[in-house]
Amino acid sequence: MSRVLPYPLLTAGLILMWLLLNSFSLGHLLLGTIIAVAASRVMAALEPSKPRLRRWQLIPRLTAVVTLDILRSNIAVASVILNPRRCDRVSGFVAIPLELRDKTGLAVLACIVTSTPGTAWIEYDSDSNILLIHVLDLVSEEEWIALIKNRYETLLMEIFE
Amino acid sequence: MTHVEALPTWAALATAVLVLIGAALTLIGAIGTLRFGTFFERVHAPTLGTSWGTGSIALASIIFFSVLESRPVVHEVLIGVFITVTTPVTLMLLARAALYRERAEGSTRVPPHSVVRRARHLGAGEESGNDAP
Amino acid sequence: MTEAILVWSVGIAQAMLVIAMACNTYRLIRGPRAQDRVLCVDALYVSAMLLVLTFGIRTGSSLYFEGALVIAVIGFVSSVALSKFLMRGEVIE
Repeated sequence: MSRVLPYPLLTAGLILMWLLLNSFSLGHLLLGTIIAVAASRVMAALEPSKPRLRRWQLIPRLTAVVTLDILRSNIAVASVILNPRRCDRVSGFVAIPLELRDKTGLAVLACIVTSTPGTAWIEYDSDSNILLIHVLDLVSEEEWIALIKNRYETLLMEIFE
Repeated sequence: MTHVEALPTWAALATAVLVLIGAALTLIGAIGTLRFGTFFERVHAPTLGTSWGTGSIALASIIFFSVLESRPVVHEVLIGVFITVTTPVTLMLLARAALYRERAEGSTRVPPHSVVRRARHLGAGEESGNDAP
Repeated sequence: MTEAILVWSVGIAQAMLVIAMACNTYRLIRGPRAQDRVLCVDALYVSAMLLVLTFGIRTGSSLYFEGALVIAVIGFVSSVALSKFLMRGEVIE
């Protein structure tokens, strides 16, 4: 099983994508399966580090939290842009000491932080495990550190570590 | 647009509202790139268009074509997923390039590299970088 | 009725997207730094992609979707290559 299908999730995702791009029919299912199996074996030849999912049942909760947060910060950033009197707004850099070490978890955190308007991932040092982000509307640094750590990092650590 | 005669009113309204929201968010993001003064503020502006701007126009397209062809047409999800995955990669690379260039010029507007290195001596305390003007 | 709703909303949305592209182009020409220009190229690609998607809704043809996907892929690759160039001054190390 593991030698024929090294990455079952990747293979299933590729078949799904093939069927979405083309219409569903038996021929496309067969062709998509062949291509997906071949592509996942190419992926195995590249030997990437294998991510481990500890508690995948928390992923829907993380998705819901992130979607709502992105919606909320969209409104916040739009009001910052459209309001001409917000001259007293301060933007700045915040350094956050992280406890998350897992590479996949860090990649997901980077996606979350960057795709949320209002925060941008700037730099990360793997030795000291400190993350530098830029915040558009910086009221208090402690609040942002607590937000990132409590809202996302604890969930990601439960999922990946 | 003669093909939309068969479309029920609720689907047309949902498509219209979602398309308008997405386009308005993209426009606000583009105005943001004009109004913000420094590069690191401008990085935040296009994410409006790439997060819910793209999301709501893709959703409008899904609703429109699914109702029109009376079968689920969900391939616009691919665009949403693709944009969600690739935008962070682009913006992170760009932010790092900008940081590298600012530091190479000796600019004081960005925190020095020691900010992310400092805590190794002090332990994992509450560390904070200096603010940009 | 449904036709009027869709024609007007999609038309207004396309106008907004074109104004957004004009804003991005202005910032692309003005600069001031190279990183601002690359950022605007990326935003320009996303706006163009959304414009093609709204054309798909307007004409009722799902062929536009493939064009939008191709624009998104090319935009990603070009922005990454340009950012990489800014960081080191060369694309392939």
